Amino acid sequence: MVKNFGEFLLFIQSMVTRTERLKTLWQRTLEESVIIGFDSVFIVAIVSAFIGAVTCVQISYNLVSPLIPKSTIGFMVREMTILELAPTITSIVLAGKVGSSIAGGLGTMRITEQVAALEVMGINSASYLVLPRIVAAILMFPLLVILAMALSILGGYLAGTLTGAISAQEYIEGLRTDFIPYNIAFALIKSVVFAFLVSAISSYKGYFTTGGALEVGAASTGAVNNSIIAILIADFVLAALLL
Amino acid sequence: MIEIHNVQKSFNGNQVLKGITCTFETGKCNLLLGGSGTGKSVLLQCIVGLMQPDIGSITYDGSVFTNNKVQIRQEIRRKIGMLFQGSALFDSMTVYENIEFPLKMLTPEMTREERRDRVEFCLKRVGLENAGNKMPAEISGGMKKRVGIARAIAPNCTYLFCDEPNSGLDPLTSLKIDELIHEITHEYNITTAIITHDMNSVIEIGDHIIFLHKGQKLWDGTKEEILNAQVPELKEFIFSSSLVRAAKKVDDESEGGLAAITEGESTSA
Ligand SMILES: Nc1ncnc2c1ncn2[C@@H]1O[C@H](COP(=O)(O)OP(=O)(O)OP(=O)(O)O)[C@@H](O)[C@H]1O
Ligand SMILES: [Mg+2]
Repeated sequence: MVKNFGEFLLFIQSMVTRTERLKTLWQRTLEESVIIGFDSVFIVAIVSAFIGAVTCVQISYNLVSPLIPKSTIGFMVREMTILELAPTITSIVLAGKVGSSIAGGLGTMRITEQVAALEVMGINSASYLVLPRIVAAILMFPLLVILAMALSILGGYLAGTLTGAISAQEYIEGLRTDFIPYNIAFALIKSVVFAFLVSAISSYKGYFTTGGALEVGAASTGAVNNSIIAILIADFVLAALLL
Repeated sequence: MIEIHNVQKSFNGNQVLKGITCTFETGKCNLLLGGSGTGKSVLLQCIVGLMQPDIGSITYDGSVFTNNKVQIRQEIRRKIGMLFQGSALFDSMTVYENIEFPLKMLTPEMTREERRDRVEFCLKRVGLENAGNKMPAEISGGMKKRVGIARAIAPNCTYLFCDEPNSGLDPLTSLKIDELIHEITHEYNITTAIITHDMNSVIEIGDHIIFLHKGQKLWDGTKEEILNAQVPELKEFIFSSSLVRAAKKVDDESEGGLAAITEGESTSA
């Protein structure tokens, strides 16, 4: 575990020393951003809209006291999704989608000697292959999280009004109660940290694959498992530190 | 010329290379011959710097490669072209982009048009003028090897390394790949090192042959000398093929029999 962590740090270091030309890296980052960001919009949209909807329905189911105003439902949906559900659930979903694709892609390149081919050409393969993926993840995760926030609030609105649990008026009133802008900043900080963890851990797992196709599968699984655990630990640590 | 001096390498106490000293001559096809597991691939990886030898040095035309400054190693590496056992084409890129890639990365001063000319020239050189737009997954094993060769020679390499260029190919295709490597070596005066355990390649293109056995160099010489070599391990290795036994018989019966066979093979191809 400690040895792995040391190797991981060396890996990160090797990536930023002796890098390729900036223009090349930027081009690679744009390519990876499309794969990590754009291709994930659909799944993130579906997941976050449903999470917002379910949150709204369940809160209204539990909130039966006549003393509490209905607008509290909107308020709670906003708090829960912005602060926790949108950044964390989105990142966990992305750990599955992006993490496995990063680890699988790099693992395949390793076992088919494509990484060695880069090295023989005198190219720093860690910097060429991994750095753009990490930068792309750090750029794309916050955007996806913003999308997730908006869609889960919209999902809550639709679920609440369509089931008749809450009126549009009350929901919007709830959304606007005691709004703390810092919560959005906090969620975005979380998403950046999660982006780094998911992309770096998955890259590490994939880049150091040895063996054959079986090990590439194992590297993907390991990447997803470790990324999710890292997200949950970081979520807790950040909440304790920054809230 | 590449000089290899006393290269040793072990993995967890298992000594794979036991002090290998040899030279790869310029403008020739230098063959590394030996059975499975004798450390040929490990030696090649030490030579190109994918692995560090435990002891020993490797010198490229007078400049030391092992344990030298990163810049000097980098400079030498940029003159190396390598054909991998599984071709190692970048599977997210087309054939054209694969060959263009080293040019883009290593010679940024080249314009797009210059690169296009060079890629088209290399594609033509390996006989794949029309395959530029295909993906690596869409072409056959023999074509992949050709693309691998084209990618290796695109940046005008001085040293060419090939790990089993004809494994998994039919005899006719492997003969063609061998001839291609041989022609390119002589045409551009490249120092070429080829790993093989195929006696056909030895007879066809072996300008200089190095025989490895259990991590040691037991013999080196030319293809004319190999059939009369007196090393028992080498004899056992080469005469396991009945084709070579037949060749040897002809050779013994009439002087220059081997030359006759080599010529016969190349004219019939
Ligand atoms: N990375 C490694 N870690 C541990 N042992 C290794 C490693 N690479 C090679 N070996 C060992 O070194 C020995 C020589 O392997 P090598 O791949 O060089 O054989 P080879 O001569 O290329 O054989 P083949 O003709 O089958 O390709 C083998 O016994 C192998 O187990
Ligand atoms: Mg080998």
